[in-house]
Amino acid sequence: MAVIQDVHGHAHDHPTGIMRWLTTTNHKDIGTLYLCFSLAMLFVGGFLAMGIRAELFMPGIQILEPEVFNSFTTLHGLIMVFGAVMPAWVGFANWQIPLMIGAPDMAFARLNNWSFWLLPIAALLLITSFFVPGGAAAGGWTFYPPLSTQGGMGTDMMLFAVHVFGMSSIMGSINIITTILNMRAPGLTLMKMPMFVWGWLITAYLLVLVMPVLAGAVTMVLTDRNFGTSFFNAAGGGDPVMFQHIFWFFGHPEVYIMILPAFGVISEVIATFSRKPLFGYTSMVYAIAAIALLSCFVWAHHMFTAGMPVTGQLFFMYATMLIGVPTGVKVFNWTATMWRGSMTFETPMLFAIGFIVLFVIGGFSGVVCAVVPIDVQVQDTYYVIAHFHYVLVSGALFALFSGAYYWLPKWTGHMYDETLGKWHFWLSMIFFNMAFFVQHFLGLAGMPRRIPDYALQFADFNMISSIGAFGFGLTQLLFVYIVIKCVRGGEKAADKTWEGATTLEWTHLPSPAPYHSFETPPVVK
Amino acid sequence: MTKTNNIDILKKLLVFSVVMFGFGYALVPIYKKFCEVTGIYELERPDAVSKNIEVDNTRLINLQLDANVRGLPWKFKSLQSHIRLHPGKLTEVMYEISNESEEPQTGQAIPSYSPKSLERYLKKVECFCFSQQVLNGKEVKQLPVRFLIDPEIPDDIHTATISYTFFKANAN
Repeated sequence: MAVIQDVHGHAHDHPTGIMRWLTTTNHKDIGTLYLCFSLAMLFVGGFLAMGIRAELFMPGIQILEPEVFNSFTTLHGLIMVFGAVMPAWVGFANWQIPLMIGAPDMAFARLNNWSFWLLPIAALLLITSFFVPGGAAAGGWTFYPPLSTQGGMGTDMMLFAVHVFGMSSIMGSINIITTILNMRAPGLTLMKMPMFVWGWLITAYLLVLVMPVLAGAVTMVLTDRNFGTSFFNAAGGGDPVMFQHIFWFFGHPEVYIMILPAFGVISEVIATFSRKPLFGYTSMVYAIAAIALLSCFVWAHHMFTAGMPVTGQLFFMYATMLIGVPTGVKVFNWTATMWRGSMTFETPMLFAIGFIVLFVIGGFSGVVCAVVPIDVQVQDTYYVIAHFHYVLVSGALFALFSGAYYWLPKWTGHMYDETLGKWHFWLSMIFFNMAFFVQHFLGLAGMPRRIPDYALQFADFNMISSIGAFGFGLTQLLFVYIVIKCVRGGEKAADKTWEGATTLEWTHLPSPAPYHSFETPPVVK
Repeated sequence: MTKTNNIDILKKLLVFSVVMFGFGYALVPIYKKFCEVTGIYELERPDAVSKNIEVDNTRLINLQLDANVRGLPWKFKSLQSHIRLHPGKLTEVMYEISNESEEPQTGQAIPSYSPKSLERYLKKVECFCFSQQVLNGKEVKQLPVRFLIDPEIPDDIHTATISYTFFKANAN
């Protein structure tokens, strides 16, 4: 590695220690920062989840007062969405997009540094809001008025934090779009790009489309709270239901923002470990684009019970079900890629297959929720909690683990501990299902979400769910250990670590990838 | 592949982001307009009442009248606490608001109905809630609501409530 760095003159003058990380404009350094930050946030959000499950372990109020419980659920959602999953994907984008398209760095290196360093500020605002008078925001992660137009300083801090997270995402997306459109290696046409890059290109467009709308909604809530406007205040001529429309215009594409890069990673991993090219590449690209497009027209399925004409309910119901079609195309293509492939089951592949199985369960419960009469029944119950944890934890988070194990050898130059990796997968798989599968039953039986206590008949399933959640939380400490162990040393990884890998970072770069790579772009035939 | 090219894309995407921020705000009037056109949200407009609605003398509906104030030093009450009426009959009820303070103040009344479906069958011809009310210090006003209940109202509704709450209106 030292030899490679010496080739590039400016490799010598980059600062060391803390200043290296504060001032870095290197896409690999920034990617590492993003990934470490999101892992830290995963544990903060996870701590809140453990608090929630500890309170729900038994009926009655034992650990958290209802107000604190509400803050825990609210901040758990916000931290996991804006602090853990989204920055983790931007971290993968930073590391992988330049390597996979043969670019020397991201298009706007300084902007890149900025987008990262906004994140700790926002995270600090969220975490310290627990300690201000009145406590942290407690009106749910969707901060619907009138709850979000009341509340103390903690709510203002939360709203401001969402603003800062949003700014960071918009800058990150602009950077990613420019990099992908302008800096691909000669010969790498759009329709030859790896699926991960495609997933991110479309995600980035979705982000610049809807993040500013969220910024608008947040600004309106802030001015309603502090400057006497009445966007959402019925008494002043506003309408709280309008907030839900504006919020979900952002919020529904947001769930695809968290899952489209996951589709990309899974496509890479499944193809590599099946040792076959991805089945139906073109249809995969169009499926992602179709999902992104449809996601902008389904927002009101989150509000079937908020008051809506039947025509509206029918439109949003059918539009939502339509998303199942391109998603089905993707799942069938992954299955067809595995069909008669010479499959091996290393940890990334295990997480990818786990992703497909569990994401499909989450997708199906999504279609169930889309049916208006059923949604009226399960609205705000644990059925919905089970649904979105199946798509976000065993969806987005499993894909993140899959990608991390897949690329760790390229990032660190060492193999991770395969035995421990398999343990991580199987423990995650078992505990995840233990925690969340039973929540389907709880929801169908009518247990409401966001309430710290419950009726006695829900006790057994809640205890199972809590034990599963504790197990899942502890298992993630194993992941941290595996990553640290892999960074510190281990078996030397081959340049092309995986036999079936075909993308540029495996075929053209040594492991670990040098600090400066592709200063001369490779030529793709 | 050149630097200027990158800056061009940056500029376009920044402009696009600002436009989308504006779109967030544009959704406010779009939403209002959409609700008006489709007839979902007609808080401040009298309902059109067809001339040939027939009074259904076979039914009597018990209507409770509720009045509240939030954030204003006003007193607000309805002169009758409840009335009984036949669906289809044009009815007038009187409310009284009085300003307990010395300063002039502006309020806006917001209606709320129970059961929720009453909204569809309640036809208001005149209401103090269609506009903001200004009261000088110590002033007392009596205000009418003229309405009828559509005879189409489902048979299982025997009792209904109309509730008004006066909120402090922002000067605008």
